[in-house]
Amino acid sequence: MMDAAPPAVVPTRRPRTRRSLFLRRPFFTLALIVALGFVLCAAFAPLIAPYNPTLQSIEAMMVPPGGEHVLGTDSYGQDILSRIIYGARYALVIAFFAILIGATGGLVLGTAAGLTTGKVEWVLMRLIDSILALPSLILAIAVIAILGQGVDKVVIAVGISMIGPFSRTVRADVLQVSSQLFVEAAGLMSISRLTVIRRHILPNIAFPLAVQITVRVSEAILVSSSLSFLGIGVTPPTPDWGLMIAEGRGFVSFAPWMSGMPGMALALLLIALAIVGDGIREEFDPKMRGGQ
Amino acid sequence: MLARAAAKVFQTLVVLIIVSIASFSLLKLAPGDPVVIMLGTEYSQESYDELRAQLGLDRPVAVQYLRWLGDFVTGDWGNSYVAKTDIFSFVVQEALPVTLTLTACAILLAIAVGVPLGVISAVRKDSGWDVGIAALALTGTAFPSFFLGIVLIWFFAVKVGFFPVMGFVPPWEDFWSGMLHLVLPAATLSTFFIGMIVRVTRAAMVEVLAQPYITAAIARGEPRRRVIWVHGFRNILMPLVTVIGLQLGAILQGAVLTETVFSLPGLGQMLTGAVLGREYVLVQAGVMLTATLFILVNLAVDLSYPFLDPRLRAR
Repeated sequence: MMDAAPPAVVPTRRPRTRRSLFLRRPFFTLALIVALGFVLCAAFAPLIAPYNPTLQSIEAMMVPPGGEHVLGTDSYGQDILSRIIYGARYALVIAFFAILIGATGGLVLGTAAGLTTGKVEWVLMRLIDSILALPSLILAIAVIAILGQGVDKVVIAVGISMIGPFSRTVRADVLQVSSQLFVEAAGLMSISRLTVIRRHILPNIAFPLAVQITVRVSEAILVSSSLSFLGIGVTPPTPDWGLMIAEGRGFVSFAPWMSGMPGMALALLLIALAIVGDGIREEFDPKMRGGQ
Repeated sequence: MLARAAAKVFQTLVVLIIVSIASFSLLKLAPGDPVVIMLGTEYSQESYDELRAQLGLDRPVAVQYLRWLGDFVTGDWGNSYVAKTDIFSFVVQEALPVTLTLTACAILLAIAVGVPLGVISAVRKDSGWDVGIAALALTGTAFPSFFLGIVLIWFFAVKVGFFPVMGFVPPWEDFWSGMLHLVLPAATLSTFFIGMIVRVTRAAMVEVLAQPYITAAIARGEPRRRVIWVHGFRNILMPLVTVIGLQLGAILQGAVLTETVFSLPGLGQMLTGAVLGREYVLVQAGVMLTATLFILVNLAVDLSYPFLDPRLRAR
């Protein structure tokens, strides 16, 4: 009986012979390092930032980049580098909590739509369709219209706007898992429906959901900074990138760094997250792996 | 096929009704009493009750909803509290044409640029071209559009002085000036969409080019260009139309940002202004309009499938 063991080892050895994910995907690795850099900036903002992000100074208004203020100052004399570093904190914290709301809502709605059949499923699907009929930014604007402005309101607005996309993917995953033989077998063994959901379906959609969460971080950051850019998200003098870009918009002809620096920070983070997201999807998404 | 179309239309109607209930609730959930807002600070209880009855706010909520829906469908969208103008005529005559012109230009531009790039990628799969275009597509999709707009203004309008910076000139009044004003906004808005179209076109084309009928066409000695653009292109139309329909929402939301960057007086400016001015009726109109546009375009996309793919007509 013990002799049968060696063949079972073979499949576990195979991944080890493959080159590491980081070597195979140099751009992914680079993008991941950039994204982690932003996370570090956000975590240790008070230690890294050379100035207080909301410290205004009449002597140092609209100083060009270089010298004492590495990335220049804005029209209030606030140091742009410090504001960008603190801005990373706001961007990532807002995105984190917004995604928490979106993923939770999507998990509930998507699982419900995926597990029900007939009329209930039809109604739930139309409900998801209705949420998806509004682009996330417009939905967020509508929520902001009711709640008002502020960091906490932006979190709720962006979170609600992400429920629709999350429920759609969760439903697809639930449908896929439910059609598997082990779920059918569990049903035939007259294991209760709730146990099947808890023991078989939820664990199997957890991983694709985690992939979705990482992929959607950039979307949350984009929508929250868009709200701030429109002037209806977080309120000044919060160091938010969208807000900083909007403030610099009027000075673009003679102080382009005011919009340019936070804009480049936002673009860099979003592009890095897009590369990371693509890499994660291609490596870990079972649907994409099956297609290759 | 007709039964399927009818089912689809029914689904769409239900979705529209759910969206309308949500939009109606927006006004109910909004802080502040509309009667108080309209009357200002000084009013008597009689005038309050009178206006409340006049607005129908003393009736049951369901009745209020039906009345509101009837008004909405017949084009009576109420008056803006602040501007005291009729919202329907403002939206339809002023805001909507701006947004639709911008959106249409951006979509056309994105198709004109994105489809050829996607086809080149697919035909020269894994070449330097493919990698370069993929990198461009990724950057285009991820780059925040409102910042791109500012960069374009900074470069083309301030540095080079080639394009007018801001404002909207209706192309139906002065075509060339209007188009010149639209170049930068349309380029801004289409960038992310170009990336999307490139990716979809490439993926669909790669799949189609592997089909036996393509090999057969090549074996018959048909010219390469004809194989790609006639046999191949005909078969990627469906995913292409689908992505255009599904991304319409993203384009409309991009239009909101683009309009703000370039100071175009469209739906986006109206929405932001409405939120800042606490004009909930205007927010509601914007939300209803965006959702209705999106839903109807996607219904059209759905109903167009049998025309794009004859195989679906049999069903």
